[in-house]
Amino acid sequence: MSKLGNLGARLHRGEIGYDFVKNRKIWYGLSILITITAIVGLTVRGLNMGIEFQGGAVFNTPKNTSASVSQAEEYAEAASGHDAIVQKLGDGSLRIQVAGIDTGAANEIKSTLADDLKIDSEQINAELVGPSWGEQIANKAWQGLGIFLVLVVIYLAIAFEWRMAVAAFVALIHDITITVGIYALVGFEVTPGTVIGLLTILGYSLYDTVVVFDSLKEQTKDLTKQTRWTYSDVANRSINSTLVRSINTTVVALLPVAGLLFIGGGVLGAGMLNDISLSLFVGLAAGAYSSIFIATPLVADLKEREPAMKALKKRVMAKRAQSAAQGGTEAHDEEAYADEPEDAAPAVVGPRNQPASRTRGRGRPSGKRR
Amino acid sequence: MSWPPVRRSGARWPEREYEKVATPKKGRNASAQSKPGRSLALILIAIAALTGGMFASGHTKPRLGIDLAGGTSITLRAVPEAGNEAAINKTNMDTAVSIMERRVNGLGVSESEVQTQGRENIIVNIPKGTNSEQARKQVGTTAKLYFRPVIATEIAGGQGTASPSPSPTGSPTDKPSGKATDKPEATDKGSASPSASPTTQGRAVTDALKADATPSASASDKGDKASPSPSGSGGTAEGDANALQAKYAKLDCTDEKTRSSVGDGVKASDPTLACGKNAQGQWQKYILGPAEVDGTDVDKAQAVLNTQTGAGWTVTMDFTDAGAKKFADITGKLAQNQSPQNQFAIVLDGDVVSDPYVRQALTGGNAEISGNFNQQSAQDLSNMLSYGALPLTFKVDSMTTVTAALGGDQLQAGLIAGAIGLALVVIYLLAYYRGLSFIAILSLLVSAALTYTLMSLLGPAIGFALNLPAVCGAIVAIGITADSFIVYFERVRDEIREGRSLRPAVERAWPRARRTILVSDFVSFLAAAVLFIVTVGKVQGFAFTLGLTTLLDVVVVFLFTKPLLTLMARRPFFANGHKWSGLDPKSLGAQPPLRRTRRPSAPVETKEA
Repeated sequence: MSKLGNLGARLHRGEIGYDFVKNRKIWYGLSILITITAIVGLTVRGLNMGIEFQGGAVFNTPKNTSASVSQAEEYAEAASGHDAIVQKLGDGSLRIQVAGIDTGAANEIKSTLADDLKIDSEQINAELVGPSWGEQIANKAWQGLGIFLVLVVIYLAIAFEWRMAVAAFVALIHDITITVGIYALVGFEVTPGTVIGLLTILGYSLYDTVVVFDSLKEQTKDLTKQTRWTYSDVANRSINSTLVRSINTTVVALLPVAGLLFIGGGVLGAGMLNDISLSLFVGLAAGAYSSIFIATPLVADLKEREPAMKALKKRVMAKRAQSAAQGGTEAHDEEAYADEPEDAAPAVVGPRNQPASRTRGRGRPSGKRR
Repeated sequence: MSWPPVRRSGARWPEREYEKVATPKKGRNASAQSKPGRSLALILIAIAALTGGMFASGHTKPRLGIDLAGGTSITLRAVPEAGNEAAINKTNMDTAVSIMERRVNGLGVSESEVQTQGRENIIVNIPKGTNSEQARKQVGTTAKLYFRPVIATEIAGGQGTASPSPSPTGSPTDKPSGKATDKPEATDKGSASPSASPTTQGRAVTDALKADATPSASASDKGDKASPSPSGSGGTAEGDANALQAKYAKLDCTDEKTRSSVGDGVKASDPTLACGKNAQGQWQKYILGPAEVDGTDVDKAQAVLNTQTGAGWTVTMDFTDAGAKKFADITGKLAQNQSPQNQFAIVLDGDVVSDPYVRQALTGGNAEISGNFNQQSAQDLSNMLSYGALPLTFKVDSMTTVTAALGGDQLQAGLIAGAIGLALVVIYLLAYYRGLSFIAILSLLVSAALTYTLMSLLGPAIGFALNLPAVCGAIVAIGITADSFIVYFERVRDEIREGRSLRPAVERAWPRARRTILVSDFVSFLAAAVLFIVTVGKVQGFAFTLGLTTLLDVVVVFLFTKPLLTLMARRPFFANGHKWSGLDPKSLGAQPPLRRTRRPSAPVETKEA
């Protein structure tokens, strides 16, 4: 812990840190690459939609069913007249999926199956889904997604500013695309559980992004009143200083999901728990990545286009050039400041933006530095 | 993150200036912060009250959903009828819900629940131990009942032409009707006999019932030789009649698809085509006149084993006063006609259930439907008729049957997953935050207690049922809740790294952590709320839990974590930065407090960030 604590402290002081903003092009490139891969995977392979989206039936036999997979497959196909997919689950039960049958017909199939497999038909778990049901769930999910995105963009635009809203929006789309793309590429089955997981990612991914933005907003307040740091510098520092928290958050969020995934996948075999946790797992990882590597650098990019920020950058550059030219001890002094960068930036402004102190603050640095 | 920053070598204005400026806020902050005991007491009272309420109301466990407790869950969707989409409105949906509820309860099932979800869905949850297929039929059947006069009928075999149907021996007359006058003779064989024998070629269908809309055409029926020969009254009615005749000729009732779509979208006041099975199990097709009496005229219905006529299980209906009068009128008219036009068809959801003929007006105010009923189907039908027809047509969209065994397994798996998740988070917190994690774990426990009691109480209060997605939501929420602590703790540590001692650090860190927590929880809650409002079914359960736990997270952080940390900060263990407290300035790498001497430590101010 002391090591981690030290790391936190050094990140906090800006002694160490990764220049996320400076290297953003690399990460943009990586993300674009992943996104393209995802989209290609999506168009070429398509999603493996579960029975819930095609209409059909899923039957689960009780534990320790004696029949073999191929036997069950035969029975199911004979009973339904459609192709059946049979899986044997961890506890010896069988999961039989038959696509494209009507909800009415499913009941007969169930009792036929029960006879063939020599199980009491009341012991068979059945899930019958009409073809329009999955579509409806998916449609509602899209609708929910749309409404949520609009609301969130509005909210972020009010609470922060439109650039952050745009960046958060891009990061969110990025996360969803990647998650969906992974589903397409790996061929995981998409079920309503997946949709639930996907929708949760929305909240979670934003949650993470919002925390970084919050710190960014705080640090860049009255940024223009100093000349030591550009917006990008401060943005980068924001990321680095919240890095420990981001990592902790992601770990703490992923741990329960990992528990779910382990239980859902390992013990229950397949089902709702597994579906939700799988998409959550993928999405959370993507969300943590995007809030650090995509969202904040994007804000910095957008922000640097603002005339005020351009001017600031110019001033800062000029200043740095000047101090470099002066060289010697002066430059060394500047180095010393670098130890507490995040102190320095808001120090000019920060909490002391009450009129009295601001006047002083403004007057002083110039006097002192020159 | 450090803000407001501490002045160190680079500080650019005098310390005192800052203190002075900050002072005015003192009063407010002091009152807000100096009573941690009060908040703690408040939340403990809340927990005690909720727990007490839970035990007092006797709902000590959250109500379990179908997927955890076992049972059948049916999702029905209202199918819009062409030209009548507006019928899917709240009133009709509510009516449908109450009818379904009564029907399901009529099966003798207790604890079933029927509720609307979204605009056009109804979810029916029936606990274990019910015949799922029977339940599905009960809720899914519209049960629109019409009494329509028969205009023409014949056996509709697969091959339309080959049907000079053998007139069966059992002619209607040989069936003594026990209760002579007051019941229409339920000629379950009748249809085959009187109508079929004279059929083969076109037989004039004189419409004795309604002059306006009914066909007065000569019904030339046979599929191949269909030559509709209109005879008489012109106008559109005739055109319609001809169209009907043509359709009738082509109608093949043995085809299931045709059968299910025949008569779709026909109004009660229009003549229609229909199919039905006769006593020999053959499909028979009909042209039927406008409905004269309908299901709303039925007062109540019951299944009766008719031993006197040997008709087996029948359903007897008592009409309302108005219904009885209408029924007497129509039977009186029909009795004067010739076969088959002295028959009327009892049409249930487009199918002819029975087509008795009438010899005289029936004024008794009741009627009997006989058909191929057994006890169960007779009881089911009477159950449906008693509670009336659904105002809308519903389609079964999904139906899930979960055995109690699987439900138990899933519940267990969910609980284990939750326990594992919680344990992992606790271990991580312990490893990373050491003594500080004590506060985090207590907060998690408080949060868990609140969630559990609220869920238990919400079961009876608003019908909340804990299903698998909801369990997932709760597990995922562990992360969100723990994150609030992380945000706060990291802030506190940052303050300590600035060289502050613990108590001021705790107070200074709070306003900024608070804002971050509120903003991020708001986003999370927004997601949950949108999901809850927009989506249906399982997604909704998930969204509900997520929203609930997010709200509780805010409550817990404000009323528990923060006050507890304030209190704990007074303890030497934390305040002195014990090695295991998680707040040891040295291991946090705090800056040596270079200027501590200049900085009076007493009045520490929190600032709104």
